[in-house]
Amino acid sequence: MYDGLFVIRFSVKGNGSSGKHCPARYLILAFVNLKKKEVQVKVVYYGPGRGGKTTNLEYIYKRFNKRIKTEMVTIKTHGDRTLFFDFLPFDIGKIKGYDVKIQLYTVPGQVKYDSTRRLVLRGVDAIVFVADSMKVRREKNILALKNLQKNLLSYKKSIFKIPLVLQYNKRDLADQGIPVLPFEILEKDLNSQLKAPSFEASAMSGENVVQTMKQIISMTMRSLQRDLK
Amino acid sequence: MEYSLGQEELDVIEEVLQEDLLDLGVNCVFLIDMAGNVIANLDNGQMEHDIYSLAALAAGNFGAVSEMAKIIGEDEFSLLFHKGEKESIHFSKVMADFLLVTIFGKETSLGFLRLKVAEAVGKIRKILEP
Repeated sequence: MYDGLFVIRFSVKGNGSSGKHCPARYLILAFVNLKKKEVQVKVVYYGPGRGGKTTNLEYIYKRFNKRIKTEMVTIKTHGDRTLFFDFLPFDIGKIKGYDVKIQLYTVPGQVKYDSTRRLVLRGVDAIVFVADSMKVRREKNILALKNLQKNLLSYKKSIFKIPLVLQYNKRDLADQGIPVLPFEILEKDLNSQLKAPSFEASAMSGENVVQTMKQIISMTMRSLQRDLK
Repeated sequence: MEYSLGQEELDVIEEVLQEDLLDLGVNCVFLIDMAGNVIANLDNGQMEHDIYSLAALAAGNFGAVSEMAKIIGEDEFSLLFHKGEKESIHFSKVMADFLLVTIFGKETSLGFLRLKVAEAVGKIRKILEP
């Protein structure tokens, strides 16, 4: 099918998730450069402001800094909040002879930066939605997820079809007596229709941060592997 | 944003970048899409820039500037230029979805570069047009 084509964006159909309740997802797969034998995959971490998207990337960068050859790029305000995006390129080695470059991005979570979020979503291949487990942020999570759905639609992508993983962050706060939402409530609020794989995590301590990333990469890679045969 | 290019087309693009820009003396040139993917990149062999981060930032930068254009009532700013002490960067839009980024030193004149970039963009446009 790809004979003679050397740069291509293509779509493939596949069961993009390992969760037993997960429906088949239609994967929109990345940027494949058959000439350079290279695949570039864009994964965007999305979610409400101060939810821990940047902290996820910082943990991954710290944990894998021997394998990540370049600096993590961040564009922050003076108050240390993401103004535009963070960017972390991550080579995961070869699949079927292709160098696979995962490109992790975050968006600014604050409501007012919607046009920036839309810009970063351009050409997105997969999404990690980082929700804030704190009780006081319940509404913000739901609004951010609706915002994601709306912004994906502006690129004619469906939140139900793109590879998606949910991460319920800040689970560790419960130990400090801060009220956090039970897992079941978060699932009901955010995942009752999506039925995407979900993780309870703490980006600060690193709990389930790598697992979240591995899940989204494997969802994206599974069909890629099949397609590069 | 779906597109595909054959090897022949990619070879021609690289040829254009080589002849019109690298042979002129620029340090590094790359063609990216607005999602930040690198389509083609060439340099003079002395550069060690992180092209993938540059591409991500260039696409984001261009997107941000396009929003600024809309606010002041312009459709777009089709080119951008950032001047540095030793190296400068020139961005030129190629149709709606692509961006040609050139990094050059003090020895290259901006006027001449703009002329050559415009020529190269014209040639690349012909290849990319569906």
